[in-house]
Amino acid sequence: MYVAKHVEDLPPSGIRAFFDLVLGMKDVISLGVGEPDFITPWNIREHAIYALEQGYTSYTSNKGMAELRKDIVKFLDWRYGLAYDWDSEMLVTVGASEGMDLAFRAILNPGERVLVHEPCFVAYAPLVRLAGGEPVAVVTTEEEGFKVTPRKLEAALKKGTKAMILNYPCNPTGVSYTREELLGIAAFAKKHDLLVISDEIYDELTYDFEHTPLATLPGMKERVIYLNGFSKAYAMTGFRLGWVSGPEKILAAMTKIHQYTIMCAPITSQMAAREAIRNGMKDVQAMKREYNRRRNFIVASLNEAGMACHMPAGAFYAFPSIRGLGMSSMDFARDLLEKEKVALVPGNAFGSHCADHVRISYASSYDNLREAVVRIKRYLEARRG
Amino acid sequence: MKEILEILMNDARTTPEEIAKMTGGSAAAVRKQIKKYEQDGTIVHYKAIVNPEMVEGNQNMVRALIQVSIVPQKDVGFDHIAERIYNFSEVKSCYLVSGSYDLLLVVEGNSIQTVAEFVSSKLSSMENVRQTATHFLLKKYKEDGKIFKVAPRQKRLNITY
Repeated sequence: MYVAKHVEDLPPSGIRAFFDLVLGMKDVISLGVGEPDFITPWNIREHAIYALEQGYTSYTSNKGMAELRKDIVKFLDWRYGLAYDWDSEMLVTVGASEGMDLAFRAILNPGERVLVHEPCFVAYAPLVRLAGGEPVAVVTTEEEGFKVTPRKLEAALKKGTKAMILNYPCNPTGVSYTREELLGIAAFAKKHDLLVISDEIYDELTYDFEHTPLATLPGMKERVIYLNGFSKAYAMTGFRLGWVSGPEKILAAMTKIHQYTIMCAPITSQMAAREAIRNGMKDVQAMKREYNRRRNFIVASLNEAGMACHMPAGAFYAFPSIRGLGMSSMDFARDLLEKEKVALVPGNAFGSHCADHVRISYASSYDNLREAVVRIKRYLEARRG
Repeated sequence: MKEILEILMNDARTTPEEIAKMTGGSAAAVRKQIKKYEQDGTIVHYKAIVNPEMVEGNQNMVRALIQVSIVPQKDVGFDHIAERIYNFSEVKSCYLVSGSYDLLLVVEGNSIQTVAEFVSSKLSSMENVRQTATHFLLKKYKEDGKIFKVAPRQKRLNITY
């Protein structure tokens, strides 16, 4: 009774119950995990230990250590030719999630609208709401390869829309965009004077073409809030470290909120990140090659097992269809868990229109992937008779 | 095609069918390429990496690193004498190295005596072998990129967004 109404109304409780069911069960093969199965490369962990030994246990500058911000800026310039000022256009955050939250809180006046593509990461719409805004769903379908297109965006656009979210490679679909496709989306944003919050946390896990940061496209830097971090590429989820780059004024506003709520990202993690950004690329590339092989393996195997699955361009998720089984993805996930002890995430977690799909994470060993496919196949055969 | 090697070097049990799925080729093409690697000597051998400490009845097995200084011979340099040494079945590995000695051997035996016996009667007595230094291995922590410790349990939660 003490909880605010807008908070009480927030989360999809059905999914929570399913998660609890999975977490309470033993000997489950899980393809439901949204993080790398690799442990953080040793040189990065070792640097974090070193930092503790050396007594790096204090606060840092609100924006993050100057050395780290300079290193990130240098890295972005080298990697993508993307130039930001290390002091006024770069903020180190507690994961890209914090950056997302700060972005909405910094830009939204009550009731202003944000275009959110579906399926998408679970946090976007709730964060828009918590910031007083109104999420507007841009529903993408399997037939269109789950892609956001200018046409889709135009159709969904409502009066009072201030910003849009773009997440690519996308959790849960693995969809990403070529430079040409992004140019179309950029033109839409410019035409309607929208800010774009571009969540590119999976950028290093793009398999079939080069990743293009949205902010590198002509005329986009001034309207893109660019989110990235160390979690996925460097297998550093638990370190909780990300960054935001963008126009100076917006960054200043975000920093204001950040300094009151977070103060600064943990110094141990910032020290670890310094090692990652300087000497991490070789491991990133090796992990990417491995994910790519698993991607090919799981997609071919699922299709073989009778579960239609498109080829995702990035991240470490497959998003196969369960259409034709005559059950919702939630019922499917629950039944598969009970009968075959395989855990995956039902599609409706990622949007109300996604009840025909499930998310399968292939950030898992081949032994797990092989066995999971055998079990899924057995389940489907029994189900279809 | 180098990718096939990367996969097999990590797990030689991966089948051609699985490799085909991983790399997007056909199983027949993968099988053909592997055959080629085997024939031209790119792939030398397949074997399991065993932790000898875990093998029952094997507790007395000893390994030694032996540094060998040799006198190189006209025309054939170190190769001829190296061949005479590495052909002994006790010699598990043999490397020519730069520095204060020439050959580095890994030698295995059932007991310290066996290895000592090999060094004194076979190795040191060999013409052109000037000097040897034997270092018995006390513990194996890591070999060929694999750590000899049972992997800790997965620490991730079973389900997250």
